[in-house]
Amino acid sequence: MLRRCRSLIAVALLATMPAAFAGELTVAVAANFARPVEVMAPVFTAATGHQLRISTGSTGKFYAQIQRGAPFDVFLSADEARPALLETEGRIVPGSRFVYSVGRLALWHATPGRTLTPDTLRADIAGRVAIANPKIAPYGAAAAAAIAHLGLTDALGPRLVHGENIAQTFQFVATGNAAFGFVAWSQVSENGAVVRGSAWLVPPDMHPPIRQSAVLLRHGADNPAAVAFMTFLKSDAARQIIRQHGYDVE
Amino acid sequence: MTPATSLLSPADVDAIWLTLKLAGTTTVLLLLLGTPLAWWLAHSRARWRGVINALVALPLILPPTVLGFYLLVAMGPDGPIGRFTAAAGLHALPFTFAGLVLGSLIYSLPFVVQPIRDAFIAIGPRPREVAATLGARPLDAFFSVILPLARPGFLTATVLGFAHTVGEFGVVLMIGGNIPQETRVVAIQIYDHVEALEYTQAHWLAGGMLLFSFVVLLALHLLNDRRAQA
Repeated sequence: MLRRCRSLIAVALLATMPAAFAGELTVAVAANFARPVEVMAPVFTAATGHQLRISTGSTGKFYAQIQRGAPFDVFLSADEARPALLETEGRIVPGSRFVYSVGRLALWHATPGRTLTPDTLRADIAGRVAIANPKIAPYGAAAAAAIAHLGLTDALGPRLVHGENIAQTFQFVATGNAAFGFVAWSQVSENGAVVRGSAWLVPPDMHPPIRQSAVLLRHGADNPAAVAFMTFLKSDAARQIIRQHGYDVE
Repeated sequence: MTPATSLLSPADVDAIWLTLKLAGTTTVLLLLLGTPLAWWLAHSRARWRGVINALVALPLILPPTVLGFYLLVAMGPDGPIGRFTAAAGLHALPFTFAGLVLGSLIYSLPFVVQPIRDAFIAIGPRPREVAATLGARPLDAFFSVILPLARPGFLTATVLGFAHTVGEFGVVLMIGGNIPQETRVVAIQIYDHVEALEYTQAHWLAGGMLLFSFVVLLALHLLNDRRAQA
């Protein structure tokens, strides 16, 4: 009995060993990519033993916070520009910057079962059309480019409302206050199929690619957990999760 | 992007003008609607007065984005306010100046009602009784006796209601839709500048707003002090 107890204790101790050596990292992630990272977290922990702390927010705010020494180890940006700026400013580990996902744009309507095409916007002229603010959100810039590509810039101009980010743009349509919206494909699809409302996946040649960069920040340079997460992001397991959530990978 | 040489871009000036218009409209409407409410809160003995008092104070506690989100839902085509505006043949309220005014009325309500209510309570029943003995009708007594006595309360209410609406962000963010000259107020413009890394322009606008708020509050204190000495 005593021996059995002892072996149980030994097993229990062994089981906690990885945790004792395991590290922790804090990742600042652009709001549009929060969901895939949440799904990745347990997979990453199971593979490496490291814990992931997730902080979500807007790319612009994270940039400003990182400039002022925010304690993030990894930054998953919604664009390429801000990580590139951080690199020239010497705030990242040189050579760590890479494109972890490419966002896809979708024209979206809150009611399911409708067939959406670019002609929907020409024919259905009632109601607002929501896009993310093109000046500050990559999905907004992509939406503006797609609208220009379709020759609808002048026709849609007075109908446009701007969300501050892609989540708010989604919300304007979901609450019925805008008839249509250009949202992230990742917000309305799962495994390549539309799961909310009706959507049209905008062909990628209609707008500049929404390439999202990841960087290992100076704060995480000596953190094994942070280095492991950067490697994990490039693994097949991670890339599969990214694709399942409606993003392309390069 | 606007060249950094000009301190304020035309869009910034539009945002400032719109903000002043919103704060002005909201303050005037709140003084008109809030005064009877404050009077009732100060004098009613109804049991549910406490409930109304709590409701009036609620915008102080609710996060503005929460308030804004529920306003967006309520004003939407399926919400109670949205159904009402549709039935009345009015334009839908989200993404319009009228929608922002409605949001601001709720958001700034406690800042106007509470100082006026407290001023009415502080005056007490005595001046009204004296006015009545001198033969003044209730409404006459209100305008010639109560209002002058409650002036510090009204001054505070006006300044706080105006300044608080100028500083509004979360509600406008949720129901505004960022439309130039319609719903893009200064706070949103500053937010956009910061998000776009246009820090210089953000600093100028934010600095101006800070200075404005300080001057307004300083003026309020000086005016109240002078009255107290007089």
